[in-house]
Amino acid sequence: MLGTIFRRLVHMVAVLFGISVLVFLIFFATPGANPAARIAGKNASPQTIARVEQQFGLNRPLPVQYGLMMKKIFITRNLTSYVNLGEKVVPQVFRAAPVTLSLVGGAAVIWILFAVVIGAAAAAFRNTWIDRLLMVLSLIGISMPVFWVGTMANLFTQGIWHHTLLFSWVPPLGYIDFSKSPFGWFKALIIPWITLAILYIGLYARVLRAALIETMQEDFIRTARAKGLTERQVLLRHALRCSLVSVVTLFGLDFGVLVGGGALLTEVVFGLQGVGYLTYQALETLDLPMIMATVIYASVFVVVSNAVVDILYAAFDPRMRLRR
Amino acid sequence: MSALLDVTDLAVSFRTRDGLVRAVDGVSLAVAEREILGVVGESGSGKSLTVLAVLDLIGDPNAVITGSIRFRGQELVGQAPETLRRLRGGAIAMIFQDPMTALTPVFSIGAQIAEQIRVHTDLSRRAAKARAVELLDAVGLPDPARIAARYPMELSGGQRQRAVIAMALSCNPALLLADEPTTALDVTVQAQILELIRKLRDDFNSAVILITHNLGVVAETADRVAVMYSGRIVESAMTADLFADPRHPYTWGLLGSMPALDGVRRERLATIPGLPPALDRRPAGCAFAPRCGFVRDVCRVAPPPLAGADHAVACVIPEGERGSARAGVLAA
Repeated sequence: MLGTIFRRLVHMVAVLFGISVLVFLIFFATPGANPAARIAGKNASPQTIARVEQQFGLNRPLPVQYGLMMKKIFITRNLTSYVNLGEKVVPQVFRAAPVTLSLVGGAAVIWILFAVVIGAAAAAFRNTWIDRLLMVLSLIGISMPVFWVGTMANLFTQGIWHHTLLFSWVPPLGYIDFSKSPFGWFKALIIPWITLAILYIGLYARVLRAALIETMQEDFIRTARAKGLTERQVLLRHALRCSLVSVVTLFGLDFGVLVGGGALLTEVVFGLQGVGYLTYQALETLDLPMIMATVIYASVFVVVSNAVVDILYAAFDPRMRLRR
Repeated sequence: MSALLDVTDLAVSFRTRDGLVRAVDGVSLAVAEREILGVVGESGSGKSLTVLAVLDLIGDPNAVITGSIRFRGQELVGQAPETLRRLRGGAIAMIFQDPMTALTPVFSIGAQIAEQIRVHTDLSRRAAKARAVELLDAVGLPDPARIAARYPMELSGGQRQRAVIAMALSCNPALLLADEPTTALDVTVQAQILELIRKLRDDFNSAVILITHNLGVVAETADRVAVMYSGRIVESAMTADLFADPRHPYTWGLLGSMPALDGVRRERLATIPGLPPALDRRPAGCAFAPRCGFVRDVCRVAPPPLAGADHAVACVIPEGERGSARAGVLAA
């Protein structure tokens, strides 16, 4: 187990290095584009461009440029934006990261919990009205666009029903820091969590149901029944444990994508200044240093969450531990 | 003495679009305490379904079980699921054909055995684990404590089958249903597993129903044999009698298709011409009639009843003619 974790961490560092090189090359070595002009922003004066060239070492060889860039992002963390003059980029990413992590982490807890319950219930009551109802609800959940759900949620909780007893507790849009007020943090995020989770609840419940039904055909399920286990023990212990692998796989991908900025729509709708929101703003103003920093940090989140999921995998399934 | 298990006129049918198809068609058999009964037949003869029906483990919502299955006098057909569940793994245990897929891949061997023990007894977790290690030792696995901590994929096929047997024995079953327990194993391992099953009767006082398509396995292991063909028992006798005096043409065919280990080796193994009938196209008479070399008109009318007390056979060939007919099939 420890060996698996160590291998996975080494692997992770290698992947991160590869990503940073690729991202760097896309921004700085694309033929025909002048990185200095792009960093300096729209309508920059020749003096500014010259200063950028000097600051980023753009007249020196590429490996040196790469080193300087990484130093600015990871070590001195003084990469500055030329669009919002003087604004340091990295601290902004660090301010945004907890917002996104809170949003996605909370939503993940909700969606995994609900998906497991719904998926297991649908599989247990396979082909009955319960199964059909749950699957139709899941499909509806998958089909509803997150920005629409978010807007509707805002309309009701912030607008027309805000003054009823039901939603008067909902704070105004925006993020409340956990360290300031844990309960406020929870209240500010619960509706964004549910909004973001709905899609994934539907998706995961359907995937889990299918995996469970497939697993229930396996020989070892018959053995489990022959041992005298109750039908519930067979489903929840033997089948669910084996079927969770497919859910964990999905989770690694989805969680990484969301933490890396994929929760953009939810963040914008609820006014949460997360990583996605930051990237979105940077793209709008063509703020290259900001884009660079968010992309690199987002990839760090994606790769780290993938590594965590792989380690979870090994905890879940001895087959994964023994391979390699 | 009444039998431990008494199956009477058991039928397993499946609901299909074309109506009910009978996969097991009127099987009757009895197993006494500590007896090893071999059930022989080819794929699709209904031998597995017969034993799965005992514990209602067929697992197909379209399967219909009729007839009577009495275990220690208690009727099992139509019994409440909870009653059957308590019997499963307790008084009646089962071993399956493929040890590779019969164990849950994500739990250790010891945990899986302990789980069954805890279902049927109120032993503590630790006591159940200790008992699991004892059982692994009893089925001849070296270093049982280490094996108990292992996962199924870390063991060889023979080791896994021993583990499966240890699990089946964990609650001292009165009856062990073994569905082709050696088919998926190497020949050398097969012999060891059969030896183990024979030994079980002495150590655990279990009766065994041993399902196989291999007459050699039966000859070595079983006290009594039932030969099944197309969902029916066609011959049933003490093992020695069956091999000394096989009476049904299908049994002759099976014996004729076994390679001889000593004596004259034939150029090619004899085969039984043709195929067993599809379950929904079983002829009105004897199911073996289309492949039988001694078929008569009466065979095609109705299936001959299984007749005879100790050595029963479902065939119309009169006793006087049997010897010469058999000599024709089994001649070396």
